[in-house]
Amino acid sequence: MTLVAEEVRIDVPVSGAPRRSVLTRLVARLGNGVVQVVLALVAVFWLVPVFGLLIASLRDESANTANGWWTVFTKPAELTLANYAELVANQAVWQSFLNTFYIAVPATVLVVVLASLASYALAWIEFPGRETLTVVVVGLLVMPIQVALIPVAKLFGALGLFGTITGVVLFHVAFGLPFAIFLLRNFFTGIPRDLIEAARMDGATEWVIFKRVILPVAKPAIASLTIFQFLWVWNDLLVALVFADQDSAPITVALRAQLRQFGTNIDMLSTGAFLSMVVPLAVFLVFQKYFVQGVLAGSTK
Amino acid sequence: MAEVVLTGLGKAYGDGTRAVTDLNLEIRDGEFLVLVGPSGCGKTTALRMIAGLEQITEGTIHIGENVVNDVPSRDRDVAMVFQSYALYPHLNVYDNIAFGLTLRKLAKKEIDHRVREVADVLELTEHLDRKPRNLSGGQRQRVAMGRAIVRAPQAFLMDEPLSNLDAKLRVQMRAQIARIQREIGVTTVYVTHDQTEAMTLGDRVAVMRRGVLQQVGPPQELYDRPVNLFVAGFIGSPGMNLVSAKLDEDSGGRFWVSLGSDALLLPESVPQQRPALRQYVGRDVVVGIRPEDMEDTALADAREGEILHSVADLVEAMGSDVLVHFPVDVPPVVTDDTRELAKDAGTDDLPKAGKGTVLVGRFSPRTRIYEGQPVAAWVDTSRLHFFDPATGSSIWKQELQ
Repeated sequence: MTLVAEEVRIDVPVSGAPRRSVLTRLVARLGNGVVQVVLALVAVFWLVPVFGLLIASLRDESANTANGWWTVFTKPAELTLANYAELVANQAVWQSFLNTFYIAVPATVLVVVLASLASYALAWIEFPGRETLTVVVVGLLVMPIQVALIPVAKLFGALGLFGTITGVVLFHVAFGLPFAIFLLRNFFTGIPRDLIEAARMDGATEWVIFKRVILPVAKPAIASLTIFQFLWVWNDLLVALVFADQDSAPITVALRAQLRQFGTNIDMLSTGAFLSMVVPLAVFLVFQKYFVQGVLAGSTK
Repeated sequence: MAEVVLTGLGKAYGDGTRAVTDLNLEIRDGEFLVLVGPSGCGKTTALRMIAGLEQITEGTIHIGENVVNDVPSRDRDVAMVFQSYALYPHLNVYDNIAFGLTLRKLAKKEIDHRVREVADVLELTEHLDRKPRNLSGGQRQRVAMGRAIVRAPQAFLMDEPLSNLDAKLRVQMRAQIARIQREIGVTTVYVTHDQTEAMTLGDRVAVMRRGVLQQVGPPQELYDRPVNLFVAGFIGSPGMNLVSAKLDEDSGGRFWVSLGSDALLLPESVPQQRPALRQYVGRDVVVGIRPEDMEDTALADAREGEILHSVADLVEAMGSDVLVHFPVDVPPVVTDDTRELAKDAGTDDLPKAGKGTVLVGRFSPRTRIYEGQPVAAWVDTSRLHFFDPATGSSIWKQELQ
């Protein structure tokens, strides 16, 4: 849901088209206007529930039960930070919030590090069986996560990982890698061979090529992967529900537990949900600046 | 700096295709050697094997004292300039040039000194802070050169470094490359498909065809004494005229070749230089006439047996000289070699048997020949070339048979 924050730019060549008639230009401009209106509508559709969630989290329980969040437009005095104060004071929710970090950060870092190393090898280092290995790894994309839940739960039980943060992280890493390798390997193979060979001629070892040529050039792909992986882990409920226990539960699981305890306590839920949204949004905004077009421009003719 | 020696070098791919076969070349210390040939002739593969970017199937490569077959590129101490330049897009010009030096862990001060010196030579000083994407094609090319020069390697390898530049810049950079190479005197292997580049840059030129070395020698030798049809046709622009003609000997022991209604008389020097020619009397030979060995008869001191008559069907005034195209009624030469040359020149309309052959003469600009008018072309018969029609080999001495 945070993806709406992405700036959408449609470049329409306005100048430099002398051959086009007034009519086609008019249609083009109208078309451009229509596109912008549609985009604005989509953005509003996406933002209304988020905004509602924010308002609900700022009203107390009785107000939320009595009427809808839009009442705030007529009675802004109802707004209060009490819910947030209560949430921060709630040890269980606070702990789960931290747990989410303990799960999402390593699960993201590990996937990005392992996938970029593996992708470099699969894309650029020649070794026997490389093609087969690539197909096998990427083929794992079709493996549904649900199929693995019970076998892995048994395995984790035997290894003493069941109910631990480590277990949850490992599961996320395992299931995040196929897609991550698929994404990065595709990007890496698109890097001109000459660039890598130039570095090799300049005296670079594979490690130096990876660190000083591939990684800087692949920043946009790595940024996308980081955002994807972080969002996926942060928003996950299923994996955490299966593998985490009460002490290691992330915010998604904790919020669900709140639901059961108090029935429709919309004030607590909306507050927790909103807080849990802020972090991925921040991650997105931080990494967004790496989405630069034409990183490879000027390298090769 | 060191010599580079290729011995029996060969490259075969997994599917059995051969890129290079039994290549023997000795590139002397400080020499500028140009590998030239049409695309797909194996010249780039040979260069990449020297660079260590391509596995060697057979043979050995020496750089200096050492066999480098199993030495990885990074330890061969050779620098390469790529056709695509392959600049590091995320680094500015300074860091692009310094990259190789930083990997060698040189002192910062030393690196700075060397980068600035090279930038000065290549007129890149004011661009040191810019990224490759903000540079023009010529500037990028110079950065690529700088990256090679700064390392002061054992040898330079250049893979068609000028082919992405426009014609004018290419001539400029060609001169610059020649000057720099002479100044620093580093052994250089330069790959190109452009015979002008090959002739102007190389101390020696090696012509390759389908992975096989045809001839290696100083540019003038390749021009004057090509060993076969392929080299003859490849070197020189416009290319050598090749026609099929019958060789006769008259009662006075003089040699004639018949080209349609005309016959050319060979001066005595020709059979003296090419004793093997005698064996072809009464048979067809391939006669090669360089366009620059022809002249408008009106402007030359022409004698009997030195003139071809025809009608000009195209006249191209080049300013410094005039190219006159005229058909003669002799069958064109169609062999593997000429087919490959035509393919390289991009001319699909191979001369068809029975339609005659169009010759090109390079005349003085004072000529008064216009399209559609009769041409009497004087031929410098002492400079004719002769090839065996079956093998394509140049006819010189007996043992070349």
